[in-house]
Amino acid sequence: MSAHVVPIRVYMRVFAALMVLFVLTVAIAFVDFQHLLPFTGAAIINDIVALLIAFSKAALVILFFMHVRYSSRLTWLFAIAGAVWLAILLALTLSDYFTRHWLT
Amino acid sequence: MSLAPLSLHKPNYLSVSNTLRSWLLTTDHKRIAILFLISITFFFFIGGFAAVLMRLELMTPHADVVDKEAYNRLFTIHGVVLIFFFLVPSIPGVLGNFLIPIMIGARDMAFPRLNLASWYLYLIGGIIVLTSILIGGADTGWTFYTPYSSVYSNSAVFTMAVGVFVAGFSSILTGLNFIVTTHTMRAPGMTWFRLPLFIWSHYATALIMILGTPVLAIAVLMVAVERMGVGIFDPALGGDPILFQHLFWFYSHPAVYIMVLPAFGVISELVTCFSRKRIFGYTFVAAASLAIAVLGFLVWGHHMFVSGQSAYASMVFSIISFTIAVPSGIKVLNWTATIYKGRVWLTTPMLYAFGFIGLFTIGGVTGLFLAAMAIDVHVHDTYFVIAHFHYIMVGGTVMAYLGGIHFWWPKMTGRMYPEGWAVFSAILIFVGFNLTFFPQFLVGYLGMPRRYHIYPEEYQALNILSTAGASILGIGYLFPFTYLLWSLRRGPRAESNPWDAAGLEWQTTSPPPTFNFEKTPIVTQEAYAYELVSQEDDLPGRPNPTEGEIPVLDAPPQEDQP
Repeated sequence: MSAHVVPIRVYMRVFAALMVLFVLTVAIAFVDFQHLLPFTGAAIINDIVALLIAFSKAALVILFFMHVRYSSRLTWLFAIAGAVWLAILLALTLSDYFTRHWLT
Repeated sequence: MSLAPLSLHKPNYLSVSNTLRSWLLTTDHKRIAILFLISITFFFFIGGFAAVLMRLELMTPHADVVDKEAYNRLFTIHGVVLIFFFLVPSIPGVLGNFLIPIMIGARDMAFPRLNLASWYLYLIGGIIVLTSILIGGADTGWTFYTPYSSVYSNSAVFTMAVGVFVAGFSSILTGLNFIVTTHTMRAPGMTWFRLPLFIWSHYATALIMILGTPVLAIAVLMVAVERMGVGIFDPALGGDPILFQHLFWFYSHPAVYIMVLPAFGVISELVTCFSRKRIFGYTFVAAASLAIAVLGFLVWGHHMFVSGQSAYASMVFSIISFTIAVPSGIKVLNWTATIYKGRVWLTTPMLYAFGFIGLFTIGGVTGLFLAAMAIDVHVHDTYFVIAHFHYIMVGGTVMAYLGGIHFWWPKMTGRMYPEGWAVFSAILIFVGFNLTFFPQFLVGYLGMPRRYHIYPEEYQALNILSTAGASILGIGYLFPFTYLLWSLRRGPRAESNPWDAAGLEWQTTSPPPTFNFEKTPIVTQEAYAYELVSQEDDLPGRPNPTEGEIPVLDAPPQEDQP
């Protein structure tokens, strides 16, 4: 294992970024896009924004705190595989929930 | 270790120390394999005993042996113990742990202490499940379906779920170790495409273990949490019961491949060795393992066709389920092509391999029936399904496990098993198995549902056949247990390479020294160079062992144990 020494400054900056995103998550939760925007179904924007922030935070943790950024391509492959498998779980499960009402 | 330069008896991994401490704190992958062997055998007989009671109960249409409450607990014990504590760790825990480092020319696993931790987690999980059985057992079936398991059941579901949760981490650690070992510990010259197919299939198994098992752990944890009153799956609390089935089968369908992929690996080794031929289509067999590992994650919804799942999702799952027959078929056809025009040497391991190929094919083809939605609606939750997956798991995995145990027994223990008794019991097991489970296809197709202790009179004849078969099968399993124990003291000493096999594990002594090889071997050939090994043989009959040229440079000298 080649230990890549990461300066403490980087960790502090990532931590600060995570805190900013955390505050942003809370702040966005108070904004109701359904009221702000004229078209129906705009409430989904709340979910999309919250998920985008959550994914960014997860990416920061994986890349910096878990050192994937400094690791071999093989580690990248396995990290991506984990994400892809989560996507399989969500996508095929949602294929049930989204299509249940088609057939009545 | 004593210094005895003139002694011919070099210490092997078994003789190096014999204290209890040296076993319980060992980090030697071979000793951990033996620990797994002992503990999974114990759990095999517990789960088997539950099956015996169930088959006795089912001999008549009425409740004679146990009542309905006890019967529910019996099939839960049978499923939970034999799936999570026998089938999942059987071939990986015993044969995988023992052979993977030797087959790739390594001294040990990449993480020896994690390997030992894996056995302890398995044992702790097993003790928790035994506790759950002793305090009354669970009555949910091994599938823990909600909301029954999470809200209504008054049995020891919580304890049972915690046991499965803990054992899951054993599986994750084993998988992690296999992957890292295969990537980092290969001997010089052991390229990816020289790896034995046993390694390829264990690599694929390990991928499923680390990608799937966490989801099972989360799902059973959620059941435990819901039993404490938090709504996740119970509609009355705002949950969705089918969500549990999605999470559960996301692991538990690939878990079928955790159980059967290692068996594929064993069969590839047996078929090549006892046909004295190179495997037909090495790359395809290796790639088929990986394809099964990936496709296996895309088909779980075929367990849920009648659950209330969307019919459109069911169609997608049904179509993908059909595609997984392709890599499975590649394997079966390639083994058949390997045997074709081979010089078949009918030993006990090869009999088990033949049994495996036939029974797995029946199990696989009936799996296609079940992947078709219309047929599945008719036979869902009947004995047809029971027969199907027992053909895969018992006819497949247990056959391969026993074949592998016999094949590598000389390597693991340094002793030969008695061939006559072994052939006799292999045949007994094959006959007993078919008599047990073939009638279940028929009675299931006629409509007998699973998980009932009573049934209409007209199903009795087939159930008596099945119980008769189960008693033959049960006695068949006692034979290897007895003569293998006997052989530990009384069996003839094994040579380094009693089968004249080409794999790297046969180039070291039987049993191997603690660090497997005296010198790190340099590999120049793949593990199936049987054309070289057997050119001079006079078959039929046993090949001439003196002609087995070592296809490995710098391997330790073969020496016969006195």
